[in-house]
Amino acid sequence: MAESGKIDPMHQFAIEPLFGTDHLSIGGFNIAFTNSALYMVLSAIVLWIFVIGGMKRELVPGRWQMAVEYMTGFIKNLLIANIGDKGRKYIPYVFSLFMFILLANLLGLLPLGLFGLHPFTFTSHFTATGVLAIMSFSIVLIVGFWKHGFHFFSLFVPHGTPVAMVVPLFFIELVSFMVRPFSLGLRLFVAMTAGHVLLKVLAGFVINSANASPALGLTVGTASFILMIGISALEVLVAVIQAYVFALLTSVYLNDAENLH
Amino acid sequence: MPQIAQIADTYSSQIFWLLLTFGFVFFVIGLGMVPKVQGTADARDAKISGDLDAAKAAFARADEAEAGYRVRDAESRTAAQAVVAKAKADAAKASEAKLAVADAEVATLIGAAEARIKAASEAAMAEIETVAADAARDMVARISGVEASDDAARNAVKAALAHG
Repeated sequence: MAESGKIDPMHQFAIEPLFGTDHLSIGGFNIAFTNSALYMVLSAIVLWIFVIGGMKRELVPGRWQMAVEYMTGFIKNLLIANIGDKGRKYIPYVFSLFMFILLANLLGLLPLGLFGLHPFTFTSHFTATGVLAIMSFSIVLIVGFWKHGFHFFSLFVPHGTPVAMVVPLFFIELVSFMVRPFSLGLRLFVAMTAGHVLLKVLAGFVINSANASPALGLTVGTASFILMIGISALEVLVAVIQAYVFALLTSVYLNDAENLH
Repeated sequence: MPQIAQIADTYSSQIFWLLLTFGFVFFVIGLGMVPKVQGTADARDAKISGDLDAAKAAFARADEAEAGYRVRDAESRTAAQAVVAKAKADAAKASEAKLAVADAEVATLIGAAEARIKAASEAAMAEIETVAADAARDMVARISGVEASDDAARNAVKAALAHG
């Protein structure tokens, strides 16, 4: 892929240490402040500013407060629909998760390349999505064992299972349960990576075809460019949907821990 | 693919910064600010539903008051009608009694008057007899020169009066 002209569609995922922090480390582990870390900080700060705007606590809300309350209300409804009234206590966690991922996805899509900057989507790295997935999965495990003790294992044996099927079903359900953090983390990573690669490949088509000849530039380049516009819109949608899917699946898994089934 | 190629060099930095930033998001924003935002929204919802309930209760009270008013209205109507009917009946009774008394009075007056008339007419009759007897005796004396006795004249007058 790196040989298609000078444009490497994977270069956008490269992590580069910033501000000469290459060798910053704690206990032998490198903790360089990278472009990825920069976007994590940016997401956190943008989210912080967004929520501060909703802290006016007026009885009749303004537009900004309305927007923030809409988001918290959206997460509240999601949790109540999936878990019931007990789901309210997960609002802070799922809200943080959803908004953090959403802003990471959207900030990574900003066309900052036009200004010579290098936008980065840390949700296209499974080291980041994996941490988020393991966090959600750990909360499910902790809540499940905390509330139900070893009874939590009954999650793996659905009601009405014939006795002969209990053991095989237990293992099947166990595997499907243990796969959850991987599906959670990989889904987000794959969706973001694929979309960004596709956009870069098409952008490469536009540039390379225009460089090759005007005729190719006008035909292939224009077609690719039009396609890019559509896919950019699709990517915005994917950014929202993937954040929603992450929050939704987390609440579905929390429902298992909270209520068994 | 840098995600895989760089993993050995970057995983610790990725995990460290993600935990740091997500920790900030969760503890400061999620736990510190979101409950307040949600609390405001919940308080508003509670206020709206409370106001609606109060309005509903007020409506119910108004309906109740109207029903009570209707009941009282109907009651006082029947009471008034009863009073009117009683007054009518009393008045009728009173006038009946008065009429009876008046009738009785009139009857006695008529009776007395009739008795007086009868007495007067009897007296007048008796006087007429005396006068007629005197006149008869006079006539007999003048015509025949015979002095008729008082009794004979009287009997003759009686007979004449009885025959008409």
